[in-house]
Amino acid sequence: MVKKQVYMDHNATTPLHPEVKKAMIKGLEEFGNPSSLHSFGRSARKIVEDARQTVASFIHADPDDIIFTGSGSEANNTVLSIFACRTKLCVYCQKGTDEIITSGIEHPCILETSKCLQDKGINVSYLDVDRYGKVNIKQLKNMITEKTGLVSVMMANNEIGTIQDIKTIAAIVHQRGALFHTDAVQAVGKIPVDVHKLDVDFLTLSAHKIYGPKGIGALYVKKGIPFCPLIRGGHQEQGRRAGTENTIGIIGLDKAIEMRVKEMEKEEKRLFKFKAVLKKAIEEKIPDVQFNGHPTDSLVNTLNVSFEGAEGEAILLYLDLEGIAVSTGSACASGSLDPSHVLLATGSSAERAHGSIRISMGRENTMQDVEYLIDRLPKVIKKIRGMSTAYRKKVRKQ
Amino acid sequence: MIKDDWVYSEKLKEHFINPKNVLKDEDINDYDGKGIVGNIKCGDEMMMVIKVDKKNNTITDCKWKTYGCASAIASTSILSEMVKGMTLDKAYHVSPKDVARKLGGLPEHKIHCSVLGDKALRAAINDYYLRNNMPQKIETEKAKIVCQCMNVTDKEIEHAVLEGVRTYLELQEHTKLGTVCGQCKDEATRLMNEYIQKHFGK
Repeated sequence: MVKKQVYMDHNATTPLHPEVKKAMIKGLEEFGNPSSLHSFGRSARKIVEDARQTVASFIHADPDDIIFTGSGSEANNTVLSIFACRTKLCVYCQKGTDEIITSGIEHPCILETSKCLQDKGINVSYLDVDRYGKVNIKQLKNMITEKTGLVSVMMANNEIGTIQDIKTIAAIVHQRGALFHTDAVQAVGKIPVDVHKLDVDFLTLSAHKIYGPKGIGALYVKKGIPFCPLIRGGHQEQGRRAGTENTIGIIGLDKAIEMRVKEMEKEEKRLFKFKAVLKKAIEEKIPDVQFNGHPTDSLVNTLNVSFEGAEGEAILLYLDLEGIAVSTGSACASGSLDPSHVLLATGSSAERAHGSIRISMGRENTMQDVEYLIDRLPKVIKKIRGMSTAYRKKVRKQ
Repeated sequence: MIKDDWVYSEKLKEHFINPKNVLKDEDINDYDGKGIVGNIKCGDEMMMVIKVDKKNNTITDCKWKTYGCASAIASTSILSEMVKGMTLDKAYHVSPKDVARKLGGLPEHKIHCSVLGDKALRAAINDYYLRNNMPQKIETEKAKIVCQCMNVTDKEIEHAVLEGVRTYLELQEHTKLGTVCGQCKDEATRLMNEYIQKHFGK
């Protein structure tokens, strides 16, 4: 008998869309270097530029403003590195506007890079978030100074799904003369994104979160913004990112976005319903649960929930034995001793963070999948609580 | 997908799926000795209770509860099996390494999840001695101060090693030991290496 498998960890990564897979298999024949002048090169160049057009129009940008990168992490690293290049000709260094502000709930590729820049002497400040994960706008207003070069706040959070009011934040940042970057890796392809309406200067996106391949991302850079490459040594991407273009990855990203344009709206409606059903069922069937993240301004595919007295890695692994894949904010699953920095930043107790799981659904999930999870999850929690010291104490107190 | 290869050993999986000797709420007061260690804030807490054959000083039953991850659950389950029939003396000296070996190995970063079981067991054995008027039998885990300036003990060094510390620099960062006069460096390094050997040596 084939074991039932339900994948609900789409914020970690997504399976390839069948159409993407088809396009990539066909595209494997395309070996030419897009920089070559002969027919092989020209053929590859056309593919790359067509894809650039697709990416640009998806976020309402100009194709010239799109840089292909090796990942979302690389795009984020690139943006931060601009303000810490410390070369003689750097405009930000000359102007003395090289300080950075970001939030405490960013992806590690922003937070670790920020910490590294701090070690190099760059001033980095961190915005607080409220209990739903929304950044403190008032604090932002006070934090920006004439030395602030960049503010970077993610559009949608990968762990709790909270969506920030990017338009408001960007307006405040621009009012004070700084530049604004948003890591939109979890947002692009899940919610409509328009770089003009939002008025952002930099935006990061990634293919593998939207049913495309790993190893390809893109960075939007608004026209006229002084730029400094992270990877040097080639004229590719207008000299902004050296390295022969990843044609096969770019084909995958192109097709993934094409499919998002067709499917996004319909899928969001479906997932919205799934999330509501799931949330209601968890509330009804399992006592002592807490939902994490914003109740309404949140990705419709993401549900983050904490179970009192149950530890997250154990929940994850018992669900895995049932064929269900989710993730957890518990330290035990990460190899470190600290639970989710995102949940701690929202003011959650360490216990609530240790006992959290993230369910992130996607296009191939069905209502049967949701029902299967609803059937198994209460049993798993009951089993864990049955041997938990933390849950027994609570019952006793009542 | 490739053939499923579980994240930890098969033995660990077995005990995770069917944990042995879980303490039921109705039996919560039926014991001769009880130990609770850890803290849920740190992500794990362990309670262990034992029943003792007073004539032979052997453990006849051992039950437990935990707020912990898969490794904590499985290692305590296997420990509770191991110590049944053991004398109190012998059970007291079961080490996390013995447990890890029985489980078919544990990844390094999971060792600290498994140490709670034997800690709770020792607490339960001491509790038994106390209840039965044998305080002289209690082996207190006396901590010895290694770093006089920052008041850091050998127990803290052992704890740091269990949490992943491997170098003197890391040890300093973790415990602040040796950050004032620095006289304790040699002894601290020696102890750290001893504990690495004790818990992680092959």
